Amino acid sequence: MDKKNLNDKLVESDKTQKVDSEKRDFLFMTTTGLALAGGAIAAWSLIDTMNPAKDVLALSSTEVDLSPIESGQSLTVMWRGKPIFIRHRTKDEIKQARNVLVDDLTHKSLDEERVKKPEWLVVVGVCTHLGCVPLGQKVGDEKGEYGGWFCPCHGSHYDTSGRIRKGPAPLNLDVPPYEFVSDEIIKIG
Amino acid sequence: MSSEKNELKGVTGWIDKRLPVFTFINHNLRDYPTPKNLSYFWNFGSLAGVTLVIMIVTGILLAMQYTANADLAFDSVERIMRDVNNGWLLRYIHMNGASMFFIVVYIHIFRGLYYGSFKAPREILWILGVLILLLMMATAFMGYVLPWGQMSFWGATVITNLFSAFPVIGDYIVTFLWGGFSVDNPTLTRFFVLHYLMPFLIVGVVGLHIVALHQFGSNNPLGIDVKSEGDTIPFHPYYTVKDYFGLGVFLIIFFGLVFFAPNFLGHPDNYIPADPLVTPAHIVPEWYFLPFYAILRAVPDKLMGVILMFAAVMVLFVLPWLDTHKTRSAQFRPYYKQFFWLFFINCLILGWVGSMPAEGLYVLISRLATGYYFLFFLVILPILSRYENTRTIPTSIAASVLSDKFGNEKTSTENI
Repeated sequence: MDKKNLNDKLVESDKTQKVDSEKRDFLFMTTTGLALAGGAIAAWSLIDTMNPAKDVLALSSTEVDLSPIESGQSLTVMWRGKPIFIRHRTKDEIKQARNVLVDDLTHKSLDEERVKKPEWLVVVGVCTHLGCVPLGQKVGDEKGEYGGWFCPCHGSHYDTSGRIRKGPAPLNLDVPPYEFVSDEIIKIG
Repeated sequence: MSSEKNELKGVTGWIDKRLPVFTFINHNLRDYPTPKNLSYFWNFGSLAGVTLVIMIVTGILLAMQYTANADLAFDSVERIMRDVNNGWLLRYIHMNGASMFFIVVYIHIFRGLYYGSFKAPREILWILGVLILLLMMATAFMGYVLPWGQMSFWGATVITNLFSAFPVIGDYIVTFLWGGFSVDNPTLTRFFVLHYLMPFLIVGVVGLHIVALHQFGSNNPLGIDVKSEGDTIPFHPYYTVKDYFGLGVFLIIFFGLVFFAPNFLGHPDNYIPADPLVTPAHIVPEWYFLPFYAILRAVPDKLMGVILMFAAVMVLFVLPWLDTHKTRSAQFRPYYKQFFWLFFINCLILGWVGSMPAEGLYVLISRLATGYYFLFFLVILPILSRYENTRTIPTSIAASVLSDKFGNEKTSTENI
């Protein structure tokens, strides 16, 4: 197609037919704008289907009965597809967690801020380095140099408050949102 | 053309020199010379393309939520409807999209039939199109099985049993298709895999279809070849705008169905989970298969019925050699035009009797209609090709377009 020739013809016919170019621009802009808006809404509706569905969100909280856990024992429960470490801490462990200078920590946080009741520590059992599950829940597990947890993947050591003390992990083990429903039952999530 | 290439500068030009994507787009979607007299019937190719994309996008997202297991499939579809964000929308678009795809493609095919788009030199273009239709039918059938409702299950049973009609090897084929002794979990899982695979094969054949199309360009309502530049206009902006407008109208109808009557074209029995012990009293395929289903039931012999049904599609492959009349467009073929419309109505009748129970008068009607279906292709077209005289054909597209305009518009614009 001879483009120049065609353009000339178009310009000529625009002149003879007195094209309202302002109106043409308006129509072009509104049409394009509407098409883009519609496309964006359609795209979002489709992409949104990949977000958590209602049945997934419905499983977002779980209740745990703490009464069977003796002092010094641990329990692992599932919450949102992840392990939750619950440890009934001994007096020694609590003391160990509190006799630490906060300034010496990688991720500065007081033990008091990380628990609701001193004897119960509740943390998400996922190493903050690259997502492995640390050891230390079972009797006989390696608990690391600080008596808490030890992640075998890349060697991160956590203390009895679940705080990172040594190794590549950047943050303390996460404390999930939870509350005491009664003296011995907690609701996580 | 060569001056076009030189115009590309900067990054675009750098890329285009090494990988001529921009030249390609320019050549096929912008400057591409298109007959200036195309009617709205020429929108349906691009509509089919858009529908294919919609089906693939919604299909991929559905596959992320669907579970291809006989025990879980039905519930996973209900979960999509209730729990997945906009899952109902996703499924209803995909469900009704299948119907819209067939409507668009059937109109596209009838248009080709009416205006002789299958004739030389576009035979391979046509054959590729029929291949797409076959792939679509297989894909749609297997997709309908996936929700694992009653219609899914019994549709799968009946259609796969078609192959048992073949002597000696029939039973082995059916067992092979099922991967067992009845339609069951192995059948469902392989249907899911193939249903996911085949649309991508369709995309491939569509690519070839477009390559073949752009070799000689679009046919047109007059059915005569493009003779000079004056017969054509560039694809952009003229036909991009026309396609865009047609798409708007199409989407209004499509989403009218999706939002206001999403189950209008479906069958309520498919909301009952599959039960291998109970067949629904009146089973019918989806509407787009009804004409072929009618042909199957019209024949009292099992094997012949199956053969005729397959032949009804296969005959389209050889159409360019059945209708060898030199004139393409039905506009200039007075007899062909009448037989064509009769054929069109006949297809609607076949669809209608296909939805009715196979008894009484319906059987007779389906036999007559089946008879005319094949008579049209195998007898009427070859005879017309030989003996039909045509009306006067315009010398060129430009001449015809101008003579249409001379009567009213041209005089009036010149007076201004």
